[in-house]
Order: sequence, then C-alpha cells, then structure tokens
Amino acid sequence: MATETLAAPVPAARPKAQSQLMQQRLRAARWFLLPMMAALAVVAGWPLLRSIYFSFTDASLNDLYGAEWVGFSNYLQIRTLESGRTIYRGLLVDPAWWNAVWNTVRFAVISVSAEAVLGMLVALVLNAEFKGRGIVRAAILIPWAIPTIVSARMWGWMLNDQFGIINDLGMKLGLLSQKVAWTASPETAMTAVLIVDIWKTTPFMALLILAGLQMIPRDIYEAAEIDGVHPIKQFFRITLPLVRPALMVAIIFRVLDALRIFDLIYVLTPNSAATKTMSVLARENLFDFDNFAYGSAQSTFLFVLIVLFTILYIWLGRVNFDGGDR
Amino acid sequence: MKINKLMAGLLASVTLVASAAQAAELSIVSGDTGTGLAFLQTQLDLFAEQTGHTVTIVPMPSSTSDQFGQYRLWLAAGNADIDVYTTDVIWAPQLADQFLDLSEAAADVIGAHFPSIIESQTVDGKLVAMPGYTDAPALYYRTDLLEKYGKEVPGTWAELKATAQEVMDGERAAGNPDMFGFVFQGNAYEGLTCNALEWVKSYGGGQVVEADGTISINNEQAVAALEEAASWIGTISPEGNLAYGEEESRGVWQLGNAVFMRNWPYAYALGNGSDSSIAGKFDVAPLPAGDGAEARSAATLGGWNYAVSKYSQDPDAAIELALFLSSPEVQKARAINQTQLPTIEALYDDAEIAEAAPIVPNWKEIFQNAVPRPSAPTKADYNQVSSLFWSAVHDTLSGNGSAAENLEVLELDLTDLKGSGW
Repeated sequence: MATETLAAPVPAARPKAQSQLMQQRLRAARWFLLPMMAALAVVAGWPLLRSIYFSFTDASLNDLYGAEWVGFSNYLQIRTLESGRTIYRGLLVDPAWWNAVWNTVRFAVISVSAEAVLGMLVALVLNAEFKGRGIVRAAILIPWAIPTIVSARMWGWMLNDQFGIINDLGMKLGLLSQKVAWTASPETAMTAVLIVDIWKTTPFMALLILAGLQMIPRDIYEAAEIDGVHPIKQFFRITLPLVRPALMVAIIFRVLDALRIFDLIYVLTPNSAATKTMSVLARENLFDFDNFAYGSAQSTFLFVLIVLFTILYIWLGRVNFDGGDR
Repeated sequence: MKINKLMAGLLASVTLVASAAQAAELSIVSGDTGTGLAFLQTQLDLFAEQTGHTVTIVPMPSSTSDQFGQYRLWLAAGNADIDVYTTDVIWAPQLADQFLDLSEAAADVIGAHFPSIIESQTVDGKLVAMPGYTDAPALYYRTDLLEKYGKEVPGTWAELKATAQEVMDGERAAGNPDMFGFVFQGNAYEGLTCNALEWVKSYGGGQVVEADGTISINNEQAVAALEEAASWIGTISPEGNLAYGEEESRGVWQLGNAVFMRNWPYAYALGNGSDSSIAGKFDVAPLPAGDGAEARSAATLGGWNYAVSKYSQDPDAAIELALFLSSPEVQKARAINQTQLPTIEALYDDAEIAEAAPIVPNWKEIFQNAVPRPSAPTKADYNQVSSLFWSAVHDTLSGNGSAAENLEVLELDLTDLKGSGW
C-alpha cells in the first residue's frame, strides 16, 4: 500500500512526451498489475471496508447481517443522566483501550530500537570477510524462520518459573537470587515479551541492513583508509549515511509489524493488562465478549493509527522505496 | 451438453452423499488436558465399531478461554467441518443459537442424569448439549508430608496456610529448595474465576452475580477472601503461580514440589500414573472453608458436554455420537480411567467404579456442594463478567491495588456492563 502511494506521483512528474514504446510498456504494466490489485481488493480491501462499516453498527457475531447503523456511538457517546451529570462512553474514553495503545506504542518503540541497533551490529559482522560466513549467515536466520507460535511456546517454557532453563541457568550462575516468574508478574511480563521479540526479529533486521551494506562500494573505504580516517568515523560518515535508505525501509517494516503485534503476546501473556496490545484487545472484544462492533471500532482505530504513522514516517524520514535518497 | 454434464455430476455427488449417510465421517473438537484425547480416541474407536461412523478428533488448546474464541468464530461462519463440539458447562447460554436441540433425541436418557446439570445445559426449553462428565475441584494433599509433620487435613484456609508454611519451611531446610506450600490456577483466565469464586463463596461472600442478576461482589467477606488469597503469593505459593493454569500447577505438584494443590478430578488418575513421583502419596479432601458467619467449603461446578452444530452435514450421526459419549458405558470408562465424574447418578453406586476409582463415590458430596458460575444470570455477557472478575482478582494477587479498591471498581464496571439488565 505504501509503495503505491509513493510510486503514483512519479510517472505523473515525468515529461509528457513519451515514446510509443514507453506508453506500450506502461499499458502492459497496468495489465500485469491488475490481477494483484484484484486479489488485494478481495483479501484486504473488502475485509477492511467491512470492519470499518461494522464499527458504525451494533453487530454481534451471532447476528452479523442484522446489524443496525448506530453512527459514532462505538467511538464516543455523550449521555446526560437524569441528575444532569454528563458521562462519556465509548472507545475514545475507554481506559482499557488507552492502556493497550500505550502498551503497543511502548512495545513498538523499544523493540524496534533494540532490533535496529542489534541488527546493525550483526549485519556489520556478517558483512566482514571471514571463513564460514555462508554458514553463519544461514544460522542467524533460524529464529526468524521458526513460526512465532512455536517460538512463543518454546520461550514460554524456557521462561517458566519452576521448570524454565533461564531461571535454572540464572540461579546456577548466580545472576538471579531467586527464581523469577517472568511472564506472570506485571513488572517483568513486558520485558519477557520484548526479549522474545528481539530474539526473533533481529535476524530479519540484520538481513535487510546487510543487503544495504553490500551496496556500498568498497573503494570509498579504501579511499578513507588511505586518508587515515578512523574506523569509527568511517562508520558514522560513510556506512551510516549510505545504508540509511535500507535501514529506514527495514525500520518501517518492523514498526508496522510491531504495531499490530498479536501472536507472541497472545501465547506468552494472553490476559495480562501489562502487555495487552491493541490487536489482542480487539480480538477479545470481537470473539470472546460478543462485542463485534466495538472490536471492529478498535480494529479501525488501529488501522487509522498505522496509516497515520506510516504517512508521517515517510514524510519526515523522506523514505524512498526506489532505493537511494530522494 | 455442458448442463447435462453438470447435472450428471450433481446426481453422482448426491448418490455419493446418500451412500455416505450409512457410514458418516464426523469431526469432534475437544480441548486437551493430560491424557484426555487418548481416552477419547479409544471411545471413538468403540463408536466406529458399533455404528460404522468414523470420527476425527480436532484437538484444541487446554485453556477454555482459547477454545471459546475459536468455536464462536467457527460457528458464526457456519463451519460445516465440525459436527460435535465439546463445550464447557458455562457456554450453553452464549452458543445456544448455534446448536441443535437434543431434547427429543435424548428424551429417554435425560432422566438418568443429575437434574441440575441438565438444567445448566437447557436454554429456553432447548437442550443445547449432552453432559459428558461433571467436574468439581478438590484439595489435593500429600499424605506422606502431613504425616511426617503430624498435621491434619486443613478445614479452613487459615489452617491450610499455617500447615503449608510449616511443611514448606521444613522441607526446604531438609534440602528441597523448590518446595512450595500450595499451588492453584492463578493465571488471568477462566480458571482464576473458578478459583476466586470458591474463595469468595467459602467466606460467605456470594457468587459475584446472584441468580436474580444482582451484583453482589463488593462486600466485606469477598474482600477478606481475596486478601487471604493475595497473602499466599510469594509465601506459600510461588510468584509464578500468577501464570499457572491447570497443567502448570499439576506439573509442580506431580514433581513432588507442593504440599497442597487445588485442581479438578482428572489430576487424580494422572498423579497415580507410573511416571508420577507422588504416586500413592496423596489424597483429596473438600476445599477449605473461609472465615465468617456463612463460611463453608465451596467448589466451582465445572464439566464438559457434547453439543451438535446446527451446520453439521450429518446431524443424525452427530446426535448419535453426542448421545454415545454421554452414555453410561462411556461415563463409566471415563470414571475408571480418567477419574472424571459421571453425570449419571446411578454410577456413583457402581461397584466396579468404587473399586477402581474409590474417589469417585466420595466426590458425590463435593459435587453436590458445587457452586455454579454466574453464567445463567449474565447470559451473553458472561465472558466479559468473568474477564472483569479474573482481572480484578489477578490485580489483587499481583499487588496491583488492594482487594477493597479492586472490588469497588469491579462493581462499577459490572454495573456499567449490566446497564438496564443482563
């Protein structure tokens, strides 16, 4: 979606005089795009519009087609009680919802920052020439290749307070004074989720950054070395600016992913208010609580938030998906 | 030409379906705890032998909250792939529209079951599900440890706490640093609602929402009950107990690392299994009572039932399966192999069961004192009521606000949810 909004203005800005071949190519390209657009409209566009529609109704899962239009009351209703007191109800004043928003944002910011830094370190190591580099590159992808549900379950057992290997190692090495109930206590629940997420997605980040690193021509470094530039300065003056476009794209992928985090938290700490994110809360309302319309309103809000964020990020970060700075 | 071919194809498929009606292929979904699915499979093999219908098990996670979300989704989508659902005792009012009425098919056998259980599965005169087994938790205790320290089986929560503390300290000093006093289901899910309802009820603090729909949870006895429970965490119960479900607490217990455990009957047979380190070293008793004028021992009524989806393509065979799984033969095998309680009253006097699983007859008393969760009065809102309740309790247990504060907010939330009526 982001690609389209960005790509669209580019051809329009081109000079009008186009060769016949170019026009023919453009026409062909449109035809090739058509199946994908149709598929997207069916599997993404239609469900999205339905969710938005349901958020303005009183739909329940048992009776989806008998839903009636209720306007904005899922988002905000202002009611005046008989005593004259005015009360506000709805998503925009729901403390559970804002707690989930805060959890999600906190999760996204911390996890993506940590993953960017760690991913960069890993990518720099993998970019260096050493023996067995191919094997290390493949091995580092393993956490990313494991399905999230499986890794969440696996970590759930590793973090278990009685049988978990993390507590066992921590105690034996003297790092922990007593066994910690990682996923149970509200203070450590978010940390546990963050650890697992960072473990899982750092390889993805590293891979995207590595691709960017390999685009940097070697001769720039050679020139810098001849001029006697310190390696740390080389990193900040050469590597970072040149890898920035790839890094920005990697970060936006991860942020979009992190903002709708669901599976990991649903498996690891399903009902803890300390880690409940927007997606987890929306699912709970949609399916568990028979509040289909309210859950749809939450999903819609999440969608709007992600769209706003994406636009803001692209605008402020001047991300160019064609590669290179604009 | 084309139409002819299409018609021929349609006819062929109709004949195929017709011949399949003789031997149907059914699917049943069921959650998995311990060896439950392996047992179910043996019974389904019997069913296949008797009727020729083959049944596939679709396994689900053991958490009932997880199962419910999935079932609701499947049923709302009119999923025809699942014929028989294994349903929790509390779901009948919420899913009644999606299941077939079994009252006619089961008219001959209904009378044999406990009336209260049949009633819990009847919504507006419609029998939503056939009872498979009933459940009422008990206090599991280590006979060897109580004997070693010369202690009685506790009758109140205060006694339980004192005994648990003493035995735990003694065992830790004797060289088992992983020993704990009491494990229960403390994760924020339906299981915590069951546990907390027992505490509150045992203190005479009501049932959260009473049968007539009044919200009763904000009272002194309920506060006292939750304060008592909160004092266990980090003392006699591990802090990780706040993340335990049934299987996690059974894990700690079955490794021999707990003096007491609150759990359902299924843990009895498993605890005496060959791979258990506590086989023959434990027994069960009614859960302790609280403190106060109306204090009593209370056990939350659980139990599982078999409901037939109205989207089933072979409803007759599916009803046959539901009836088979609730039949005396299957319930008897279940009682003997799984120590799961029959819903048929006569089976409590069965000599074979009494010999093979002596706890089953004893459990009749616990079961008869069982307290239902407020699923009947709160109807479609039950899941949300339960979620609000377990959240308030979980907050209290993890030290996030006092019992009085959390129950006050809970009362407000429940009143909002109730609106003008459940």
